[in-house]
Amino acid sequence: MKFKKNNEDIHWCPGCGNYKILEILEKALEQLNINPKDTVMISGIGQAGKTPHFINLNGIHSLHGRALPIATGVKSANRELTVIAEGGDGDMYGEGGNHFIHAIRRNPNITNIVHNNMVYGLTKGQASPTSPLGFKTPVQVNGVYENPFNPLSVAISLNASFVARIYANHKEKSIEIIKKAIKHDGYALVDIFQPCVVFNKVNTYKWFEDNTYYLENNDASDRQEAFKLSIKNDRYPLGIFYKTESKPVFEDKNDGYKKYSKPLFKREVEKDKLIDYFKEKL
Amino acid sequence: MKESISLVLTGAAGQGIQIIEEISVEMFKKAGFYVFATKKYMSRVRGGINSTEIRISSVNKPRAYCNNIDILIPFKVGGYEKNKKRLTKNSYILIDKSFKEEIKEDSGNFLYIPFNKMSKEAGGNIYTNTIAVGVLSGILNLNIESAKNIISKKFKNKAKKIIDNNLEAFKIGFEEGKKYNLKFNLKLEKLKKGKDIVLNGSESIALGAIAGGCNFVSAYPMSPSTEVLQICASMAEDFGIVVEQIEDEISAVNMSIGAWFAGARGLITTSGGGFALMSEGLSLAGMIESPLVIHLAQRPGPATGLPTRTEQGDLNLAVYSGHGEFPRIVLAPGTIEEGFDLTQKAFNLADKYQVPVMILTDQYFVSSYYNLKIPEFDKIENKKYFIKSKEDYKRHEITKNGLSKRAIPGFGKGIVKTTGNEHEENGFITEDMNIRNSMQEKRLCKLELLKEKMIEPTFYGNKNAEFLFLSWGSTFNIIKEAFEKLNSKNVALLHFSQVYPLSKNIYKYFNNSKQCYVVENNSTSQFRKLLRTELNLNIDGSILKYDGRPFSAEGIYSKIKKIING
Repeated sequence: MKFKKNNEDIHWCPGCGNYKILEILEKALEQLNINPKDTVMISGIGQAGKTPHFINLNGIHSLHGRALPIATGVKSANRELTVIAEGGDGDMYGEGGNHFIHAIRRNPNITNIVHNNMVYGLTKGQASPTSPLGFKTPVQVNGVYENPFNPLSVAISLNASFVARIYANHKEKSIEIIKKAIKHDGYALVDIFQPCVVFNKVNTYKWFEDNTYYLENNDASDRQEAFKLSIKNDRYPLGIFYKTESKPVFEDKNDGYKKYSKPLFKREVEKDKLIDYFKEKL
Repeated sequence: MKESISLVLTGAAGQGIQIIEEISVEMFKKAGFYVFATKKYMSRVRGGINSTEIRISSVNKPRAYCNNIDILIPFKVGGYEKNKKRLTKNSYILIDKSFKEEIKEDSGNFLYIPFNKMSKEAGGNIYTNTIAVGVLSGILNLNIESAKNIISKKFKNKAKKIIDNNLEAFKIGFEEGKKYNLKFNLKLEKLKKGKDIVLNGSESIALGAIAGGCNFVSAYPMSPSTEVLQICASMAEDFGIVVEQIEDEISAVNMSIGAWFAGARGLITTSGGGFALMSEGLSLAGMIESPLVIHLAQRPGPATGLPTRTEQGDLNLAVYSGHGEFPRIVLAPGTIEEGFDLTQKAFNLADKYQVPVMILTDQYFVSSYYNLKIPEFDKIENKKYFIKSKEDYKRHEITKNGLSKRAIPGFGKGIVKTTGNEHEENGFITEDMNIRNSMQEKRLCKLELLKEKMIEPTFYGNKNAEFLFLSWGSTFNIIKEAFEKLNSKNVALLHFSQVYPLSKNIYKYFNNSKQCYVVENNSTSQFRKLLRTELNLNIDGSILKYDGRPFSAEGIYSKIKKIING
């Protein structure tokens, strides 16, 4: 079974960065040699949130902002599944902001992929939490004046166990980083710079080429260095900013897996044990 | 001879009323009494006035809150003031000597007990509660050894000195209690020892869930639903249950959806305000046909309302919450036995019909205890309804009865895909109007199935009674006790443990009665309206209470009496 699907009708605009992300994902998953039937993608709402429809794997295209708790539920019910939480910048960082913070704290073994095009696409062109200062839209008519949300800084400040940024148009490098994120044991954030060719005339393909560069020889185990890199905004670094293996993984540490390792769907009610529990009360 | 007495202990939060309640209930049960206990408490950690009512009986099984108090033990003068309307000329008030000057003796018989002096002897004020348990045991002439065992067990995690001091405190209290003769000639040893357990409402829900295969719990602490979360957490390791206290109720419901999607059996426990935040997730469950089990322990609203008090005000919320139209089941246990039984069933109903199932309790229900038998596990059946998928699996296949086979990721050869958007049979997003119609009809088809399978209400009383009273949820035993006191052939009770959906099968219960009244702990008679909307039943009137306190057996008795006497 292959991840690549024959799609007759994709909902994205011609030239959209989502096509590139889809291809990066297909290739990364294919190269990891995992089975689509053991892979689950939980997505939120928005153009990015539609991704599960166009790739062959299990999934729920769910609610705006709620992909992370659903994905955490899936993973903690069955640790044998590869679980991805997918969505856009408005979805994960706006509507789902509280879940974003707490998924990082919790550290389930899932990969969080965020299509960050700095604009709302599906609702047609309003500012997103990551829109740059001065960005004009039909709602922010005089330009955005709230500081953009910096997902990488937030994640590093919360000691997220894997933090990376890639650019949708750099296929090969992105595939390698996504593979590392999926293989990472714990929560992994991959923020993807992605052009929106219809609603974002500022952060274009050219703008991303001109304003990004790859991290080289950075010490990804150094959290302070990672934080410094994450707040750089003259040119934006791409690559793996931060990585730690020392954080306990949510589902592995959970009491529900201390004496039992089977996925929850294989567990049965232990009547005798329950009867004993009641007898203690006699 | 008095066959049952009601005892009320009252003091400030932090004075240890909870501990006395736990020890006494256990002690009275072990001594061979039938016991009932329930508490009223304030939303604070220290101070205020909390109280616990314990009813003990050697003959009848007390199962309900009653208003009259036979023995009142106030640890603060305010505890007397607050409860004096519940006292009669035969009641006793056991209070510390030091309050003698302060108190106005306007009802009952005062016994000034040197609680403070005895506490000092035992090692300090913190032993007052154990002293009180000792005094009670002395008065009721209970077996001292059995009581000592219970106390040692209760404090087993404390230092030896603390255990010893508590045992000493108990002994001092016991000796003091023996000095008093309260003319309560309670006959003991009626219960065969070893047959009964004492369970409270929260335990019935948590244990029912585990008996129903619950292996995942996601919840946010909120009174009065939290004890269920705590019980599950305490059992998580031994029973293999993933328990997580999540960041908010939005996460609770969505995490549960994820867990069910991967084949777990998830429980959510919350109260009205938390449930309100779940309505978006509830709607997603409706659309993707996900099972869910939500325990909703009601408390008075709107907003934060009376956080630690009781009400049945969230029926509408449970029945109507969530955007769009989709089927669901709402259950409301009337007894602690039913709390266990219905919660166990809820997991199988949710799994089979792929709908959210809500269990509506309230503060009064979750914090009441009484004696009952260990559930009959031979009769408990669980079935996992998910299937091993084939390659061409379609999550939302259109079928005659609306039920599609539910597969889970990683089990079988198929792909399980769905979306909260309208979808084709294979879960692919669509806006096609014909598919929309058939999918909406498919989902609603399940509602008809659920009506057919409705858990029928319990009928109690005379079949030819002229007056039919209707109730749901936690009020059952209170009304039953009122009926027993009334001893009239002209009344009957129809108690609903499933409040939604309602089936026309229940029309038969209305054939003989001339007048019908709904009894509910809310101010707008939500169930009466539901009966009208769903079944076009016109009810003549309602007995309502919405002051945040439970109905009392006596209160219901006088209201019913007034109605039947015209």
